[in-house]
Amino acid sequence: MSEEKDLNINTGLRESATFDHFTMAEIRRAAETGIYDIRGFGAKRKVPHFDDLLFLGASMSRYPLEGYREKCNTQVTLGTRFAKKPIVIETPVTIAGMSFGALSANAKEALGRGASEVGTSTTTGDGGMTPEERGQSSKLVYQYLPSRYGMNPDDLRKADAIEVVLGQGAKPGGGGMLLGQKITDRVAQMRTLPKGVDQRSACRHPDWTGPDDLAIKIQELREITDWQVPIYIKVGATRTYYDVKLAVKAGADVIVVDGMQGGTAATQEVFIEHVGIPTMAAIPQAVQALQEMGMHRKVQLIVSGGIRNGADVAKCMALGADAVAIGTAALIALGDNDPKWEAEYRKIGSAAGFYDDYQEGKDPAGISTQDPELSKRLDPVVAGHRLANYLRVLTMEAQTLARACGKNDLRNLEPEDLVALTVESAAMARVPLAGTSWIPGQKF
Amino acid sequence: MKTIDLEKSSVRELNQALHDQHNECTEREWEVTGVKGDHNLAVGLDQSLSVHIKGHAGYYCAGMNKKANILVEGNVGQGVAENMMSGSVRVTGDASQSAGATAHGGLLVVEGNAGARCGISLKGADIVVKGSVGHMSCFMAQAGTLVVCGDAGEALGDSLYETRIYVKGSVKSLGADCVEKEMRAEHIEHLTELLHRAGVDEDPAAFKRYGSARNLYNFKVDHASSY
Repeated sequence: MSEEKDLNINTGLRESATFDHFTMAEIRRAAETGIYDIRGFGAKRKVPHFDDLLFLGASMSRYPLEGYREKCNTQVTLGTRFAKKPIVIETPVTIAGMSFGALSANAKEALGRGASEVGTSTTTGDGGMTPEERGQSSKLVYQYLPSRYGMNPDDLRKADAIEVVLGQGAKPGGGGMLLGQKITDRVAQMRTLPKGVDQRSACRHPDWTGPDDLAIKIQELREITDWQVPIYIKVGATRTYYDVKLAVKAGADVIVVDGMQGGTAATQEVFIEHVGIPTMAAIPQAVQALQEMGMHRKVQLIVSGGIRNGADVAKCMALGADAVAIGTAALIALGDNDPKWEAEYRKIGSAAGFYDDYQEGKDPAGISTQDPELSKRLDPVVAGHRLANYLRVLTMEAQTLARACGKNDLRNLEPEDLVALTVESAAMARVPLAGTSWIPGQKF
Repeated sequence: MKTIDLEKSSVRELNQALHDQHNECTEREWEVTGVKGDHNLAVGLDQSLSVHIKGHAGYYCAGMNKKANILVEGNVGQGVAENMMSGSVRVTGDASQSAGATAHGGLLVVEGNAGARCGISLKGADIVVKGSVGHMSCFMAQAGTLVVCGDAGEALGDSLYETRIYVKGSVKSLGADCVEKEMRAEHIEHLTELLHRAGVDEDPAAFKRYGSARNLYNFKVDHASSY
């Protein structure tokens, strides 16, 4: 495409910035099919992100820690507010909720194996808890979603934490959709619906309507589980400042904020790209809300949406998060979009690195599929180990940056350790523009 | 019979005492007194107990019940018997909204009226309401049965899957993809058994049956205006 584009430019042809190739293709697709595009993955547009932030390593005015010899703690305890049994994770990188149904049983098992190998948690997703997942996850967070597919009190009591999902970053305000082609006998049985039927997940919970109701609902979940396990509240990043305050008021032990770069198994493209705010912009809002209520570090904050490397982890924590969650990156670590399947991707009209039609269930990598033959391609032991390796790298990279800033605990990183490369990122992250003391909206 | 007085004990103590029966059942008959609209009474039970709640209960009474038979002598707030798995819950008065929401099994009987969204996302339980139900009842209901001996409010059975609905009185309006269906012999038999089990004396032949037209089971652009 780029060679063709260069050729066109050299011959004096000019592409419209407004009606570029992708835009025109989408107009043609809409005109031909009469239906909006549904896809997986997260936002693909460029938004202000953690690459726009830099750390200020130690020098004369700060004292660094020795990179290989001095300890830098990565252990985090989640759920210290009310739960009798908070979760202790060895790395602040957790696995976000992804359902069995959206993902194959092997993929879910691999996520559990990888997370357990490094002592962190994984999360169920819509559709309930599978024995494979529970069996392979030493720390499992059970999502409590509007659909309540597969929801039952036995699994609730088997969970190490419960996450009440109000929304996700890819589609705040929207429900879910698992298209009929991915509904096998097992998925249908778990969700109490006929095989082959599109499974809509509601956007609102069926038995509570606002934060006051939610407070009672959380009390119910605590009563059912005898106050043993932490209860998280997950929101898609939009009006994060207010949502976090209401979540604290409703009784959350942990708040999960998922930015617009967060992934999905199947959502309208227009939703993914046009609703929500970037992860980087959401964190300072959440931290401000917690600090104003005197609850920062007492109610732990997990952030997700576009976390890719240890620098992203460290930057989230410097902005005030207690931990992060990864979804898309974890799938890539398992083998999603791997170039070794390039020929297979081409057969279904995609390409390695571009594949996002998770809803179709034809994933050559055997991850976002229920096809038994495709699923077999993913060895859960090998893939789980790949994920564990990746999680270790994220942790070591974050430690490297923390030590360079003189911190012996990832949670000692602070906004003062960061500067921004652009005015936009300075305003969103609320850190100074590099080389200045200017935080847009705060100082002049 | 064991009696717990909520004027002297907390809801936490009540629920813990009932949960303890799961591991070692020492008492099957329970009575709860001093009830003043408390939320989350007798939630998460997992033993064949009989629990008699004497007074009005708040939200989520008998939530996620398994095996127990719970009688509420009064009205109940939002989400009574939500996500019930088995057993039974009987309410002698009225129930607020979302009664029996997402319940997978068991029987919920409301002797008075039930509010909006009764049986929302129902997943297999049976609900019998001697009075009327509010709007959006059985919204996205997947399996199980709702019986309404009175009237049903607007948008009954909107986006319905496989739940069966029987209504004796009037239906203000049907929701998307919900249609009236023929009442055949097997439905009369099913309803007769259910009314008998619920202890409700009604003539099954006086009911009409509603179910899913199944037109919205798979997204088709031709149905866009139905959503």
